[in-house]
Amino acid sequence: MRLDQTAKSIFLTEFVSAFFLAMRYFFEPKKTLNYPFEKGALSPRFRGEHALRRYPNGEERCIACKLCEAICPAQAITIEAGPRRNDGTRRTTRYDIDMVKCIYCGFCQEACPVDAIVEGPNFEFATETREELYYDKEKLLANGDRWEREIAQNISMDAPYR
Amino acid sequence: MNGFVENYLIPGAIIVGQSLLVLVLLLVFIAYVLLADRKIWAAVQMRRGPNVVGAFGLFQSFADLLKFMLKEPIIPSGSNKGIFLMAPLVTVTLALAGWAVIPFNAGWVIANINVGVLYLLAISSLGVYGVIMGGWASNSKYPFLSSLRAAAQMVSYEVSIGFVIVTVLLCVGSLNLSDIVLSQQTGLGTKLGLPGSFLDWYWLALLPMFVIFFISALAETNRPPFDLAEAESELVAGFMSEYGSTPYMMFMLGEYASICLMCAMTTILFLGGWLPPVDIAPFNWVPGIVWFVLKGSMVFFMFSMVKAFVPRYRYDQLMRLGWKVFLPISLGMVVLVAAVLQTMGWAP
Repeated sequence: MRLDQTAKSIFLTEFVSAFFLAMRYFFEPKKTLNYPFEKGALSPRFRGEHALRRYPNGEERCIACKLCEAICPAQAITIEAGPRRNDGTRRTTRYDIDMVKCIYCGFCQEACPVDAIVEGPNFEFATETREELYYDKEKLLANGDRWEREIAQNISMDAPYR
Repeated sequence: MNGFVENYLIPGAIIVGQSLLVLVLLLVFIAYVLLADRKIWAAVQMRRGPNVVGAFGLFQSFADLLKFMLKEPIIPSGSNKGIFLMAPLVTVTLALAGWAVIPFNAGWVIANINVGVLYLLAISSLGVYGVIMGGWASNSKYPFLSSLRAAAQMVSYEVSIGFVIVTVLLCVGSLNLSDIVLSQQTGLGTKLGLPGSFLDWYWLALLPMFVIFFISALAETNRPPFDLAEAESELVAGFMSEYGSTPYMMFMLGEYASICLMCAMTTILFLGGWLPPVDIAPFNWVPGIVWFVLKGSMVFFMFSMVKAFVPRYRYDQLMRLGWKVFLPISLGMVVLVAAVLQTMGWAP
């Protein structure tokens, strides 16, 4: 047993076999995704950048019920409600999300009774300054307009499981 | 002032020009060696490695250079500033100084001195000072521990490297690096009546020494699996923990320059330097420098592969290997080789 091991270490058998193993992997196809040029598939439940959606007629969905603000575990959402309008509905005057505080748990979109606040499929929203990550209502609505197609599709794909 | 220009100025200018040429080519080569190291490591792990800057990431090293130079150098307030900044300079200067005696081709050498091997041994021993100075001047625990480890490691393996070189010198009978290469024109192969070929080089005649030299070279340059000095899982980045920006880059540059130097030394001592692998028509038309670079790159490829597939040694294993395995074997081989040369009458 001792002799066996000594012979092995003298002739570097393990080193040589490790070399050939490494060479086999050397020529194996690469497993890396070439990220900025190719991207992996995203689940329809993916929770990325937030967006405020509109109805097809352009009306904001958000009715300032503040359920998202209440459930937000990171307290990243700040909402101020406007006065009741003539048709009896309310809208927000302020809807801020601090994207630095946000933990992307998705509770806000779960809480929303009108599917107004959603987390879209976009995850590439890095900025150079912290201030740019304090999203206001205008930015969130713009996100909603920009990602509406993807968001609507994701919601419909996930609907059978809800 | 008679003859000053002819005797001193012109030869001096020629030497400066040669040195600059070698330095520039070497630094460009090192940039690509760095890239190759990362690419090979990545390939074994089925990753792509750097591939964004330039085609196949060919300019990655230059982008890294720019990044390092543009960063803010931070000198810890408790450090010994002078020594702290001098350590990377010492490392890089010594690593580059070794190249003065390396023959790239027949006669292509800046300083063709007759004690070339001794000079190389001295320069590579001095390399430990850069590490010690860096670790001590940082005034921080991990760098200090790591520099102690590195110093002990480099000194230990220096011993077996020394004996390996002695066996080669016994066969050559000269300390001139060009003579070492030229003596490999004849050897085992030609004794059997074959034309000059790779069988003549010392890697075959002194096979155990070749293996010991390769492994000791890994340890000497603090390469994995002997990278205890910078074992990132235990010592952060070892003696370089407190370094950033240009000084850090200088350390890396020095490290890779000394790795290339070790590859060149392996090529010269054991792989026949600039000699073609087979001394017949199509091969000996190729300029010697091509063979030299190819052989050096091959050795570096092994350096890189070893990094990819051998796990890091524990410190006591490292010391055991150096003192209890390599030292007795290489000492024994010195005696054996000397005895064989003497009894067979092959001694030069």
